[in-house]
Amino acid sequence: MNDKPVILDVKNLRTTFKTDDGIVHAVNGISYQLHEGETLGLVGESGCGKSVSVLSIMRLLQQPPAKIEADSINFFGKELLTLSEEEMRAIRGDQIAMIFQDPMTSLNPVLTIGLQLTEGLRLHQGLSEKEALERAGELLDMVGIPMAKQRLGDYPHQFSGGMRQRAIIAMALSCNPSLLIADEPTTALDVTIQAQIIDLVKQLREQLGQALIWITHDLGVIAGLAQRVAVMYAGSFIEFGSVKEIYHNPHHPYTVGLLGSLPRPDTTRKDKLYSIKGEPPDLLEIPPGCPFYPRCTYAVERCKYEKPILESIGDGHLVACWEKERVRKV
Amino acid sequence: MPMQQDIILNVENLKMYFPIYRGVFKRQVGDVKAVDDVSLYVRHGETLGLVGESGCGKTTSGRAIIRLYKPTAGKVVFKGKPVNTLHGDELRHLHQKMQMIFQDPYASLNPRQSVFRIISEPLAVHQLVPRNKRKERVAELMQLVGLNPSLMTRYPHEFSGGQRQRIGIARALALNPELIICDEPISALDVSIQAQVVNLLEELQKKLKLTYIFIAHDLSMVRHISDRVAIMYLGKIVEMGEREEVFNNPYHPYTQALLSAVPIPDPEIEENRKRILLKGDLPSPANPPKGCNFNTRCPIAEDICFQEDPPYLEITPGHFCACHFVKPENPHSANIMNRQKEKENSVQAGKPVN
Repeated sequence: MNDKPVILDVKNLRTTFKTDDGIVHAVNGISYQLHEGETLGLVGESGCGKSVSVLSIMRLLQQPPAKIEADSINFFGKELLTLSEEEMRAIRGDQIAMIFQDPMTSLNPVLTIGLQLTEGLRLHQGLSEKEALERAGELLDMVGIPMAKQRLGDYPHQFSGGMRQRAIIAMALSCNPSLLIADEPTTALDVTIQAQIIDLVKQLREQLGQALIWITHDLGVIAGLAQRVAVMYAGSFIEFGSVKEIYHNPHHPYTVGLLGSLPRPDTTRKDKLYSIKGEPPDLLEIPPGCPFYPRCTYAVERCKYEKPILESIGDGHLVACWEKERVRKV
Repeated sequence: MPMQQDIILNVENLKMYFPIYRGVFKRQVGDVKAVDDVSLYVRHGETLGLVGESGCGKTTSGRAIIRLYKPTAGKVVFKGKPVNTLHGDELRHLHQKMQMIFQDPYASLNPRQSVFRIISEPLAVHQLVPRNKRKERVAELMQLVGLNPSLMTRYPHEFSGGQRQRIGIARALALNPELIICDEPISALDVSIQAQVVNLLEELQKKLKLTYIFIAHDLSMVRHISDRVAIMYLGKIVEMGEREEVFNNPYHPYTQALLSAVPIPDPEIEENRKRILLKGDLPSPANPPKGCNFNTRCPIAEDICFQEDPPYLEITPGHFCACHFVKPENPHSANIMNRQKEKENSVQAGKPVN
């Protein structure tokens, strides 16, 4: 177990969106603790609520239509949900920073890289323009952009996709946050560039010691990066534990199915890929029982009516499944 | 090369350039060399995986082969007949035998047409099935791809991504083609749905004796589905061979780097893995480097690589590669890991490097 202090403590986070068709239940009561310097992987398919869950913590959702509720979101002793917008703004970009998925759209195309990099430094750390530019140059250099100082006057379109993502990482790290949230930061990149970025993040993490929440749908990426992994399905955590437990000893039928459906680059699978039948549920009408029930091969009558609770099966490994004892790896 | 009669498609020196126009008079100032000298062959009933990063020309190759573009140069021979110069009726006949499945199931189906219209359109265009029999044929095709025929009157927006891709597959199968070019058919789908579609493609291949060209950037999936693999970089094929050969004994430095960049879903393996990290990004195909295309990122490039374009040669039987250092007498001389080890050893032994 991790004996470092807890920096983020989320209890029963629920996020809903009011739409013309009804209430969309995007996040349905997730709880976790993140320790100092720890990397947590948040894995799930599109629409499972992984991005919304972190945007809720950052309070980056428009309210309404969104409604964020939680018993507690405690970050370094502060209740994030009760802070004023001004207090929250002081935390965003300073103590919690975020890297978004698409490096093509998360930079402002009409402002120079230098200006965008120095914005946070001047706002949060009160540096002068000259000091901030000096620091921005160092940051770009740190993320491996050649001739960093000369490139501060460049506009985003003069950077390639990989370089833009490096610039965004530099920006996120500019105020030395204690928590970095990365929302599918390599999904839009090619695999050789993805390898560069992951290598960079690993180096920086060692150097600077940030806690990291890494959101992805790629089970391969997270295997080499996270200490603990949460698997999300229809807005809930369905399995949670150390990477080794999740990959080698999965106990939720969904996790087992996902891992079984993955081909591997290092060996050839002779058998057919395991395929989970059906499709994820509509978040407008989540069934009252287990959200995975209609697709599950282990389902029994109880799963239809009663939502399983996340229970420990030892070693900090939590599973939300009534039939977890029967579940076997495929 | 295998026996002539085994080959369903043979592509020789295919080039596809797109002109760049500039200025008031729209003068042509250059070309985007999207596909620059691609040669490959596909055997009856096999799956050839065509892999590369975005912008390497894999989709353009597929489209030029099926004649959605008119190739700039080169020869495409399908079942013994050159098809790169066909037009009119002859081209239509070609498309009976060669079909395509597109990447984006949201953009490749007309939102204003019902599923029946979409799947029956090729039947109507080619007039292969009389009007009163078309409903029957569409129902049969829908069943084949795992869709309920009663949904025939619905529109694409009523289906999920995986189901839409099945509609696209049914449309491609309508004319009983022999070769299907699958252009990233699963990359827009969720992980749990990808396996469903790949399994369907494999079943259909067995049942209908189809030949596939499977274009993808996901190397794990390509390893699973392909019999042979061709790796593309900046408009050229750098390596082609049997699946096990290419994945277990990659010759070309780019293939080695590409394979080492793919994450493996196993924490223990990832922990101890040594990666070959490439520097920099893909150069622009409008302005490719002189010499070998890969020289800007290659960790083992030497003088010759900046002067001469390496020839694309059959190094060992059925295993092709385009690299100055890969020669039949010593196919693994471009192995990056071995070279690094040698370097370390010679430094330790106090000998000068090289």
